[in-house]
Amino acid sequence: MATGKLNPNHYPAQRAAKVVQHYLNTRYGSPYRVFFLHRVHSGNAEDVADSGRKYQLEISVQDLISTNTEKCSAEVLFPGGEQQRSPHVQASCEELRKIDTKAQEEALYQQYKTNPSLLAAHLPDSYGHINPEMKPFWHLGAVASSFIMLNESTENTLFNMAQVANVTQLATENDQLRFDYHILLHEMVSQDIIHWKLQVSWSPSGGVKVLQMEQLPHCHHCEKPPNTN
Amino acid sequence: MKMTLECWMLGLFLLINSGLTSHSLGEGLQSTWRYDYTKYHPMDEIYGWMEDVERGNPELVSSAVYGHTYEGRNITLLKLGLENSEGREKKVIWVDCGIHAREWIAPAFCQWFVKQIVDTYKSNKKLEQMLQNLDIYVTPVINVDGYIFTWANDSTRLWRKSRSAPPPESSCYGVDLNRNFNANWGMVGVSFDSCANTYCGTSPGSEPEAKAVMDFVARMVKQTLCFLTIHSAGQLILLPYGHPEISAPNYNELVSVGQAAAEEMKKVHGMNYTVGTSPQILYPNSGSSRDWARLIGIPFSYTFELRDKGEFSHLLPEEQIQPACEEAYAGALSIITYVHDKAFNNGTPPNTAVTVMGFTSLFRVAMTIWSTFMAVCLTAGVLV
Repeated sequence: MATGKLNPNHYPAQRAAKVVQHYLNTRYGSPYRVFFLHRVHSGNAEDVADSGRKYQLEISVQDLISTNTEKCSAEVLFPGGEQQRSPHVQASCEELRKIDTKAQEEALYQQYKTNPSLLAAHLPDSYGHINPEMKPFWHLGAVASSFIMLNESTENTLFNMAQVANVTQLATENDQLRFDYHILLHEMVSQDIIHWKLQVSWSPSGGVKVLQMEQLPHCHHCEKPPNTN
Repeated sequence: MKMTLECWMLGLFLLINSGLTSHSLGEGLQSTWRYDYTKYHPMDEIYGWMEDVERGNPELVSSAVYGHTYEGRNITLLKLGLENSEGREKKVIWVDCGIHAREWIAPAFCQWFVKQIVDTYKSNKKLEQMLQNLDIYVTPVINVDGYIFTWANDSTRLWRKSRSAPPPESSCYGVDLNRNFNANWGMVGVSFDSCANTYCGTSPGSEPEAKAVMDFVARMVKQTLCFLTIHSAGQLILLPYGHPEISAPNYNELVSVGQAAAEEMKKVHGMNYTVGTSPQILYPNSGSSRDWARLIGIPFSYTFELRDKGEFSHLLPEEQIQPACEEAYAGALSIITYVHDKAFNNGTPPNTAVTVMGFTSLFRVAMTIWSTFMAVCLTAGVLV
């Protein structure tokens, strides 16, 4: 495994940096705030006594919605050992600039609090299209996915959310909007598409939380070729 | 000033007699105007488009079916090239798209690439010259079965592999065609589980789609300067080899040519493309078409991974088709120009003592006749 000073464009630093993206989204993400790894400036990796590998990284992330970029310093620890455990991340960014999303978040919250009726599928659709009114729920799905992607990441994976297969709104509880999400993740190294079901809560003050998560088995015999004449 | 009717009619008569009719020119332009290159197209439309482009541009485009998919469909390429006035042997450039079914931007790019050449070669002297020295073989979709499957319904959109039948005792279809080529087959970055998305098949070239490419290209290997295989996503330019311990003999040159291409790509819309071997910037792998091409001796072989970097991944929005294709075209052209100039001594033009009038020359002659005639009409005071 690459140790010492890392080439920032090579995959070890890139994979570790991606984990930082997932972490930042779990902490700061919202329907109007989603971070994406923009660039790795420098990286260093070392073996940690007993087990595990620690990465130190200087990266930039970009807010997809405002397109502002931020510099961050981060540390990612991949625990070693037989059982795969989640990485630990510490990160500090310049000033996770609060582009004021409060108003938009509040408006979305009010709109869906009183009438919990959201139902949407295939965000984006096969052509990459997302209905503008549905974009906040695509973002919410990306943030919720980040909890899973963070948990599941290792030095041998690179996760992105591929699609929100569907999202259904449940009854509001404790002033939190609640949703059932069926999400498809793409894992780059295996090229697999992995299905997860999540129960997600959100409010402007409560932030995004994943209440339940369950990986769905991939149903191979469901892929009988349809009539493709 | 008004032209007399006689002047116009005489001019038109001369123009028609010079052999130029608007028919084939118009049809050629029409083919590129009717088709929407900024949308994703299902396979039947792509087959139709290939026929239209060939019919509309017979001096430049011909087609060939060089194999059949597992489900029996044609694997078709378009060959772009102009007549070489000295009848010299032409060199070959290979471009293929759509080995992986869900990477829709790749076939979109191959179509764009052809359109761009068809639309600009008559006004781009360098391109025209290159087409006199090179034949560019473009396969818009290699994995036709897989591509059609991704159009079946919403749940099939992210299919990657071919659609070959499951092996005994499995219920899983398809092989990762880009692990099936005869290049360190089965060694690294593959799975032997037929349900996996990197399943490399039962043996090198076991899959008809991969075998078709290998059989066809092997026959032209001595003339082939460059092999480009187009994928998504990740914004990468990958050079051989996928095995972490094997280096191409011309590694340094592959890197510098790749980096020059990435710089050209960045100039178009500011997007960064990272250049390196797959084990450096992505993951180790074996059995790729890129590696096979380099191994049999094609000196320049690259995998292009087009947009984006994970926001949409394979579900790239249609609004991004144009910018993605524009930057990819700049990168591909950069590499093609380099290998052309290297082979043809900095591109000194072939002997243009024309014995056969190409369409382009004929058009120029006709225009010269027309403008001379107009000048005569004007100076002779025929105009009122």
